[in-house]
Amino acid sequence: MHAHAMDHLRYIRETMEGAASFTAVPGFGGIAMGATALFAALVAAEQPTPQRWLVVWVVEGCLALVIGVVAMIRKARSVNVSLFSRPGQKFALGLAPPMLAAALLTVVLYNQNMVVLLPGIWLLLYGVGVVAAGTYSVKVVPAMGFCFMLLGAAALLAPAGWGNWLLAAGFGGLQTVFGIIIARRYGG
Amino acid sequence: MARQSALRKERPQKESPQAPATAQDLDRLIHERMRLGLVSALAVNDSLTFSDLKRLLQTTDGNLSVHARKLEDAGYIACAKSFDNRMPRTDYRLTAAGRRALERYLSHMEALIQAARER
Repeated sequence: MHAHAMDHLRYIRETMEGAASFTAVPGFGGIAMGATALFAALVAAEQPTPQRWLVVWVVEGCLALVIGVVAMIRKARSVNVSLFSRPGQKFALGLAPPMLAAALLTVVLYNQNMVVLLPGIWLLLYGVGVVAAGTYSVKVVPAMGFCFMLLGAAALLAPAGWGNWLLAAGFGGLQTVFGIIIARRYGG
Repeated sequence: MARQSALRKERPQKESPQAPATAQDLDRLIHERMRLGLVSALAVNDSLTFSDLKRLLQTTDGNLSVHARKLEDAGYIACAKSFDNRMPRTDYRLTAAGRRALERYLSHMEALIQAARER
C-alpha cells in the first residue's frame, strides 16, 4: 500500500507539472529590459564605428539577461513556483538554443564584416526562442515571439540604416508593450 | 439506473478526521488513475478544454468523456460548452468540492505513507 500511495502521489505531481503553465515570465522585468534597450538604441546611434555600435548592443544584451533572470527569480518567488519545475525547464530549453545560436552568429558575422545583418538575426532568433519557450507559458508569450520574428524578417529585408531603430522597436518597444500586458494580466 | 448505482458506489465516504487513515477511507471516485489525472490537471489551471485534457492525459475521446462525466455528476468538476469558430468546445474547471476532494485525497495518501513508515 505504501508503494501504491507513493506511486499515486508521484502521478499527481507529474500530471500537475505537465499541465501547469510557466507563469514566472516577468512583466516588470520586460518593461525594464525595454527601457534599457531604448536607451541603448539612442547611445548606439551615436557611435562612429560598427565595432562600437556592436559593443553597446552586446552590453545591453548582457544587462537585459541579468534583468530578465533577476526578475524571473523574483516573480517565481512571488507566485510560489519553482524555476526548476518541469515547465520552467522546458521554458529554458526552448529559449537557450536560439540565444546560443545568436551569440555564435554575432561572432561569426562580426569577423566577416557583416554586422549589418545582426539586427535582423537577433530579432528573429530571439523571437524563435520566445515562441519555443512560450509553448510552456501563458499565451501572450508566444504571441510576443511571433511579433519579434516578424520584426526580424523586416530588419533582414529593410535598408541597413534601419537596423538600429528596428532593434529599438523590438527590444525597446515590443518588450515594453508585452511587459505591460504580462504585468497587468499575470501578476507582475 | 446501472450508472446511478455505480456512481453511488463511488461516492466519497464521510470521513472522520481523527480516525487513522486506511485504504478504505480513500475517495474511490478520484482514486481511479484517469480521474485522478483529470482532477490534478485542473487543479493547476483555471480551466482546460476537452482537447487539452485529452493531450495531457494521452487518452481517447470516449475514455475521457466517461471519466469526466463521473466527476461532473459528483460535482467535482464543472463543464461549459460553447462554440469557437463554429467548432464545439468544452471547457472543464475544478469546483470547490473537487478541490477539497483532491486535498482530502492527498492528505489520505500522506497519512497512509506515514502509517506504513511507522509500522
